[in-house]
Amino acid sequence: MPDNKEKYAKLQEVIEKHKGERGAVMPCLQEAMNIFGYVPQDVQEMIADGLGTTLSEVYGVSTFYSQFSLKPKGKHVIGVCLGTACYVKGSQKIIEKLSEELKIQPGDTTDDGLFTLNATRCLGACGLAPVMMIGEEVYGRLTPDQVPGILETYRA
Amino acid sequence: MENLVKLTIDGVSVEVPAGTTVLEAAKKAGINIPTLCYLKDINQIGACRMCIVDTGARAFGAACVLPVSNGMNVKTNTPKIREARRVNLELLLSNHDKKCLDCARNQKCELQQMCQDLGVDDVDKYKGKMNEYDIDDLSPSIVRNNNKCILCRRCVAACNNTQAVGVIGPMGRGFKTKIGSAWEQPLNDVACINCGQCIAACPTGALYEKDSTKAVWDLLNDETKTVVVQPAPAVRAALGEEFGIPMGTAVTGKMAAALRRLGFNKVFDTDWAADLTIMEEGTEFIGRLTNGGVLPMITSCSPGWIKFCETYYPDFIPNLSSCKSPHEMEGAMIKTYWAEKVGIDPKDIKVVSVMPCTAKKFEAKRPELGHNGLADVDEVITTRELAKMIKEAGIDFANLPDEDFDPVLGESTGAGVIFGATGGVMEAALRTVYEIVTKETLDKVDFTAVRGIEGVKEATIKVGDLDVNVAVAHGTANAAKLLDSVRSGEKTYHFIEVMGCPGGCVTGGGQPIVSAQKRMECDPKTLRAAALYNEDANKPQRKSHENASIMAVYKDYLGEPNSHLAHELLHTHYTARPKYKK
Repeated sequence: MPDNKEKYAKLQEVIEKHKGERGAVMPCLQEAMNIFGYVPQDVQEMIADGLGTTLSEVYGVSTFYSQFSLKPKGKHVIGVCLGTACYVKGSQKIIEKLSEELKIQPGDTTDDGLFTLNATRCLGACGLAPVMMIGEEVYGRLTPDQVPGILETYRA
Repeated sequence: MENLVKLTIDGVSVEVPAGTTVLEAAKKAGINIPTLCYLKDINQIGACRMCIVDTGARAFGAACVLPVSNGMNVKTNTPKIREARRVNLELLLSNHDKKCLDCARNQKCELQQMCQDLGVDDVDKYKGKMNEYDIDDLSPSIVRNNNKCILCRRCVAACNNTQAVGVIGPMGRGFKTKIGSAWEQPLNDVACINCGQCIAACPTGALYEKDSTKAVWDLLNDETKTVVVQPAPAVRAALGEEFGIPMGTAVTGKMAAALRRLGFNKVFDTDWAADLTIMEEGTEFIGRLTNGGVLPMITSCSPGWIKFCETYYPDFIPNLSSCKSPHEMEGAMIKTYWAEKVGIDPKDIKVVSVMPCTAKKFEAKRPELGHNGLADVDEVITTRELAKMIKEAGIDFANLPDEDFDPVLGESTGAGVIFGATGGVMEAALRTVYEIVTKETLDKVDFTAVRGIEGVKEATIKVGDLDVNVAVAHGTANAAKLLDSVRSGEKTYHFIEVMGCPGGCVTGGGQPIVSAQKRMECDPKTLRAAALYNEDANKPQRKSHENASIMAVYKDYLGEPNSHLAHELLHTHYTARPKYKK
């Protein structure tokens, strides 16, 4: 696991950089998200001990903000907009179709680690409703029957 | 000269030092502003919005965090404020289970009291979705029922700030916010020290001790068992409060009478073992001092403190006195010395401890605290649980006659009774160590330098040619500070007393709950301690080595302090514990 070792060393650097700062937990968690893709327990313990705070404090922050993920994320993160416009245009059906195809609930990741499915607030592309994003790619004016084909392009 | 600020509260003019909050100033003017999240010296965060007042500003301010200013005109009781407080309370209730009958805090609940005071009686006012939580009762000491939690964070502040433990905190957001341990772990799986200060801080029934009253009733109903009880020193200083007796009244005689009426076969007293502890610990200290042992030696009576040391300061384990805590010593002596003396098979003896402490419930289950396969102590109930049993039995506590404890393991000196207050163990030890080392009689047995409620107390005591440096800390956050100063080499002591709870056992996690309002009016630490110091002052003997029954036990049974047999029965060992469960 040389790869992992490197990640922890990098986190240690981040912690050293922020140590003693007021409100240091948040930037450390943010950078840990960038390094690991999520913030598991041992990462949070390292942050807590490194900053001289408690694990409950770190965990509290990590569960308050939706940007922090406690579980590993898939290679492709799907965000389906459930904002008002998309919802009215049937995005609920899109997310249900995705759930069915991927066999996971919103918030979860597929066993093969390929996809994470999230419901999101307004993505700011209401003109294209209903909208979803996969990674940085935006898909608009969706219908449920387009979903399997789009997913297939990521499986290749 | 202190800078004074003049203001008006509900037409009453008050003058208070700058920096005082409106809440405190109002109290001075005879006005009780309702509070829920506020807890004096522990939690001041203006979160619950019950203490809102009108200062003419655009929005109502939270009095608990609002500093006074000159010429301020505060209104605490207008129709708008009363209505806002009521809505606040109704919204709190909308996510509270409102099952008062099955609640440990029924009739002692600050939320219930406030509903009554503010005339909030429509439990269905905001009927809607509620959170439903599993009750966490896996810890031997503390139960958390988040269905009754109002998210005031008083427990979090007590755990984090007063105790420097910090194993609970808020998690999640909005409607899903709850208080608990990281990663949803049960309290038993995190590095909780079982002190119960979270319970003492809780305004509702979201936190309470793991009930042992049923187990004790079962023992009392078992004809084949000899059931022996021992109350800790601090219990007598507070038990009366549960029966309307003013705080600071020792109820020693009534307590002995009540225990006898509950059906215990023998009513002994942990004060006796406190004297025994002084003989063992004092001798251990003199030994370390003269034989180059590990110093400073640190007391080991408080199981919350012990677990704190094992978990957060394991490098100080060699400094801990090897003495078991007094009730464990008493249990060990009951099941050996006393059992032999009265000819009862120790297997048929059950020892029940009444403790001001929830950590004692954990301690009694430590596998190393026993002898010949029998635990030293079988059940531990808190002062609150004893009060509950007395009420259940229909005993008219306030009108009981005073009775004595049973001989021999109920006979104690004044040194034993002060164990319940911070500094008490140190003072009791000094009385004996001084006389043993110098072979002189103390002119004055009161060591007032180690009394009082300052977080860390220090003194230098001349014992013969030697200047003995001692320190006393109470509350584990203070202990942490003290140990840090020893670790860094900044301070050098010979002997340290640590009690896990602020104030020592008198304000332990198992003592009668004192409401936030009451804590603004008086200091339970001082009042309850005074009851013990008073009892000490009136005792014919005030030094442990003058306890005739203890001396007899050494002569007839143990040999001498720290003898081989004494070590086997009265001493223990400690284990470093991980901070995180792997």
